[in-house]
Order: sequence, then structure tokens, then C-alpha cells
Amino acid sequence: MNYLYTAYVVTWVVHIVYLFYLSRRAARLREEARDLERK
Amino acid sequence: MKPTYVIASLVTFALLSYGLYQGLVVAPTEATMGDVQRIFYYHLPSAWVAFTLFFLNFVGSLLFLVVKKDAADKFAAGVFAVLGVIGLGISIFGRSYTEFASSIGGTLLMCAIAYLVIRHFFHSQPQADAFAASTAEVGVVFCTVVLLTGPLWARPVWGIWWTWDARLTSTLVLWLIYVSYLILRKFATGGQTPTLAAALSIFGFADVPIVYLSIRYFRTQHPQPVINGGEGSGIDSHMWAAVLWNLLAFTVFAIMLVTTRYKLAQAERRIEEAFATRDLEDDSHLISRSTR
Repeated sequence: MNYLYTAYVVTWVVHIVYLFYLSRRAARLREEARDLERK
Repeated sequence: MKPTYVIASLVTFALLSYGLYQGLVVAPTEATMGDVQRIFYYHLPSAWVAFTLFFLNFVGSLLFLVVKKDAADKFAAGVFAVLGVIGLGISIFGRSYTEFASSIGGTLLMCAIAYLVIRHFFHSQPQADAFAASTAEVGVVFCTVVLLTGPLWARPVWGIWWTWDARLTSTLVLWLIYVSYLILRKFATGGQTPTLAAALSIFGFADVPIVYLSIRYFRTQHPQPVINGGEGSGIDSHMWAAVLWNLLAFTVFAIMLVTTRYKLAQAERRIEEAFATRDLEDDSHLISRSTR
């Protein structure tokens, strides 16, 4: 059972890390767009 | 955030939750392996999504190289249209001869449809490049899941975490090829980077059929294919619901991720272009001031 739960948890950790990476990238883009408007 | 995006996210979340419920609760326990076999409900859909995305990356990369010249673009579209017709013919008429002919026909037809559909939606070099980059990145994420869940399943069932058999080794090589593709895109400088990445992707894709066929043509520790594996292959009919629900859920999730990543790539390009235009305008102001 431990292997089963570890596999499911590992799958979701990988996906959540990737979603976090995407959201960071989107936030950085929004900041750059604001910079562009300001200057 | 757009309402359609919110609705799509909610649907994806609901599908993933239902897939999880099917995999952990509804599907029957396998007789020899026990509950650990339920890893299959995440392992197989992740592999399916990863291979599909690498295929789409291959098509996107091919399109990127071809779309540059109008004549080459039209020629490629014509070739794929002809291949599609041939594939359709083989799948209809070849079925009565051999299963192999039928599968070749199906593959040709699928390649032709994929190319023509992608060409319709991403018919410019920046669009094709962004599409290829997005599919490769999300594909690597799902391939990582395959490489992590596989050993976690192998340890209790085979008694080992890893073995260098044809399926496992070719999958690891596939992952390394696409990781190198992403590293190339991230760190290479100069205008030729997308072209080099596209060429790497086209050659790298050659590993996908090897991974797929490895369990059919080599003796491997990895089990024989579940779908179209011939006599004695397949799973219990009660397990199919969990497999199909998770396949659907992971496919929809991958579409969401690729769409998000593609939109980000497009936004990045627009911002880069806006910065470059602004810098050019600043430079031209300076030049005109100094010549006065």
C-alpha cells in the first residue's frame, strides 16, 4: 500500500510543481507588461 | 481569468478527482499483485499523454521548418493529404488481409490528420514553435511521472527498482532527449535556436516508436502490451472503467497545461517584441537628435 500511495503522491507533487512554475512565469510576464506600460 | 478557463479548470479537476476515485476505490484489486497494481491507472495514462505530446511536438517541429517557405508548406500539406487517403484506403481494405496492414493504415491516417489540423491552427513559424515548445515541456512532465511511478510499481512486484531492459532504457533515453531539447531552447543564444530545436525534436522522435515496439519485439522485464497485445494480453473488464476515466482525465489535464503554456509563450513573444520596438524607437530618437 505504501508504494501505491507514494506513486500517487509523487505524481501530484510533479504536477503541482509544474503548475507552480507556470504560475511564477505568468506572474513575471504580468510584471514585465506593467514595466512596459510604465516606461 | 476568463470564465471559459475557470469552467475548463473545474471540469479538469472533477475528471481527475473521479479518475482518482475510480483507480483507488471502484477498480477491483488485482489477484496476484494486490493493491499496488492500481499504480497502473496513473502510469498508463501518463505514458499515453507523454507519447502523444512528443508526437505533437514532432508535428509542430516539422511544421515550423516547412512553413517558412510557401512552396515547401504546400508540398508538405499535399504529401500529408495523399498519405491520409492512402492510410484510409489501407485501413479499410487492408483489414481483411493482416492486422499489421490495418495498423499501418491507421498510423498514416492519424499522422495526416494531426499534421493538417495542427497546420490549420498554427500556421506561422512563431505559432508552430510555441506549440512545439509547449508540447515538449508538458510531455517531459508526464514522462517524468512515468519514470517515477514505474520503479515504485516495479519494487514490490519485481523486487527491483530498475532494470536495463529495452522498454525502460528506451523510455529513459526518450526523457533525456526531450530534456536536452528543453535545455537547448532555454540556454542556446542566437536566432537559430528554434531551428536547431526543431531538428533535434524530429530526430529525437525516432525513439518513440522504439519505446512503443520494444515490448513487442524484445524480451523485456516490462509486461506485454495491454492494448492490442495479442492473445493472453489485456485486463479484466471491470478495470477498464478506471483506465478510461483516467485516460480521459489526464488527456484533458494535458490539454489545459499545453494551452496555458502556449498562451504564456505567445505573451512572452509579444512582450519581447514590444520591448524591442520601444528600444528601436528610443535609438531612432537619439540618432535624430544627434544629427540635428
